[in-house]
Amino acid sequence: MTPFGRSQPRAGHAGTAAGRRWRVTVAGLGLAIAGVPLSGVAAQLVVDPRGPVPTITAALAAAQPGAHVTVRAGTYREPLLVITTPGLTLEGEGWPVLDGQEAHTVLVIAADDVTVRGLVLAHSGVANLDDRAGLKVRDARRCLVEGNRLRDNLFGTYLQRSADCRVRDNDIEAHGTRQTTSGNGIHLWYSPGALVEGNRVRGHRDGIYFEFSPGGVTRGNVSERSQRYGLHFMFSDSCRYEGNTFRDNTSGVAVMYSRGITITGNRFERSWGAAAYGLLLKDILGGTIARNTFERNSTGLLLEGSNRLAVADNDFRQNGWAAKVMANAEDDRFTGNLFVANAFDVATNSRSSNSTFDGNYWDAYRGFDLDHDGTGDVPFAPVRLFALVVEQHPATLVLLRSPLVGMLDAAERVLPVLTPRVLIDRHPRMRPPR
Amino acid sequence: MNVVALVLDAGWRDLARNRWLAAYAITFFVVAEGLFWFGGTGPQVVLSVLNIVLLVVPLVSLVFGTLHVYASREFIELLLAQPVPRGRLFAGLYLGLALPLVGAFLLGAGLPFALNVRAGASPAALAALMTAGSALTCAGAGAAMWFALRTDDRLAGVGAALGAWLLATVVYDGVVLAAATSLGDWPIERPVLGLMLANPVDLARMLVLTQLDVSALMGYTGALFERTFGSAIGTTVAVIALGAWCAGPALLALRRFRRRDF
Repeated sequence: MTPFGRSQPRAGHAGTAAGRRWRVTVAGLGLAIAGVPLSGVAAQLVVDPRGPVPTITAALAAAQPGAHVTVRAGTYREPLLVITTPGLTLEGEGWPVLDGQEAHTVLVIAADDVTVRGLVLAHSGVANLDDRAGLKVRDARRCLVEGNRLRDNLFGTYLQRSADCRVRDNDIEAHGTRQTTSGNGIHLWYSPGALVEGNRVRGHRDGIYFEFSPGGVTRGNVSERSQRYGLHFMFSDSCRYEGNTFRDNTSGVAVMYSRGITITGNRFERSWGAAAYGLLLKDILGGTIARNTFERNSTGLLLEGSNRLAVADNDFRQNGWAAKVMANAEDDRFTGNLFVANAFDVATNSRSSNSTFDGNYWDAYRGFDLDHDGTGDVPFAPVRLFALVVEQHPATLVLLRSPLVGMLDAAERVLPVLTPRVLIDRHPRMRPPR
Repeated sequence: MNVVALVLDAGWRDLARNRWLAAYAITFFVVAEGLFWFGGTGPQVVLSVLNIVLLVVPLVSLVFGTLHVYASREFIELLLAQPVPRGRLFAGLYLGLALPLVGAFLLGAGLPFALNVRAGASPAALAALMTAGSALTCAGAGAAMWFALRTDDRLAGVGAALGAWLLATVVYDGVVLAAATSLGDWPIERPVLGLMLANPVDLARMLVLTQLDVSALMGYTGALFERTFGSAIGTTVAVIALGAWCAGPALLALRRFRRRDF
């Protein structure tokens, strides 16, 4: 809050409803008569299509720092709206619709400490030269974008060079049907320290997108039916992702070129297709991937060039490949994970392995536990020979679950020739940990 | 009474008394029920039973069928002495062999799923499994009759049946595997799918797998399978191909039966 926030007038009128109404009337009358912004008084403004201030443009022009602008229900077709007043709150009442008329970005925040709440921001239209968005935040700090509905925009909310912003409880739905005519639902570019929480994003190119935005927290969002990734982040160190659901995204979730990431308690579901991954990690250094659920993905988790990750207590269920661990992923540690009903548990592209598996539960494990300590007495090799063959020759997939393949796998298990001898779980659990 | 029904009835009675047939049904029942007993979910049990179906059903129908035809030799010669059309006689013999086998399979494998409805096997996957098992039985029975009618040497007949079983379940897949790995640089997805149509065991496997959501997960090739075998058209094609595999060996055997000088 700025020093001259809305606490000043509130002190005078004790915040009563009567006082507020009176003040609004004065401000409205003043505007109507003078047609120019009033100075000093207009801490509370009401925009109403049938009232004295019928346009948001006029209200924004009149607003003083710290002002509270209420927008009543209605459809507002106005030119590009830019908030340049610090500390301003723009709040919708009864879901007013701000319509970009397929021609321009709907609303821009270009001042610090601005709050936008309860608006419907719609129809930005598609342009090839500018990244049109329902809501754009430009070089502004500490904004709060809360409880809005964004419909049929190229980009949903677009934050550029805006630190410490909060994007919360918004409902974002795209209209575009192709990657090229659709932008990202929540887009952050050079915006460190962001909090993205409780949003629902549907049908955008990437549901949530972080680029050069370190230190962000993404929590409790649902991102589904994205045309590309449900979550896509690059060059964003020390970010945390907690309790999100990523579902039915064309290519799943991709996390690239970052260090120190924490991904916990998320659900990665139903990413189907040739290049679809529940969670793709590429060139990640250090991090935790824990207590997530990977269910019904072509590939649950792909580790490529990702080092020193702790992959712990995740559930891998009914995936094509539960985990693909490439040879260039080093010092990754899989512990306490659950592998159930996957076509292949672990695949790799090399005979050597630089990652360790210990104390996981594998439904394919056929060993025994003579001393009843809960861990199997025979090590488990999760990489099947056939998984290796399919990795190199995809067409052989037609032989999945053929008796011949079963025999080859059994033979390979007894006498490993081609599968990595080092990639074994020495302490496989006898019972699922959860 | 109709000749076909008469011969079928005789064959049915003969097989119903056969302890091997009962053991066949009980094996399926015990395996499937046991898997449910040990906490298997519907899809898992379907997959495990599928593994047995792919190996055991062709083996039993081929070997058992061949032996059955040899054992019925005197019965066949007796009937041939009567004024009976050979086609009808063959139909009775074939159905008398195939129907009890199919019945034993459906009863043995189907009953556990009926008893464990709550384990959640999808009806489509179950239907595919039952169709696959029945079709494999019919194809095996037809081929068995053909092998048995080709030669009077029992050893040669059973040997041929065993050879056919080995070819269909293991060797064929080995050849496909070798071909697919050595021609990996070529766009061979579609030809390989075509190869699957040419083997009833592979066909049965694909029919069930596409109903289990496993293959659709498997990347590009899997998507292609799903589209090819999992779609309505693909499933129809697979079922028709399986039907052809039922009819083909039986017709070959019928031709042999018509021309043969007993």
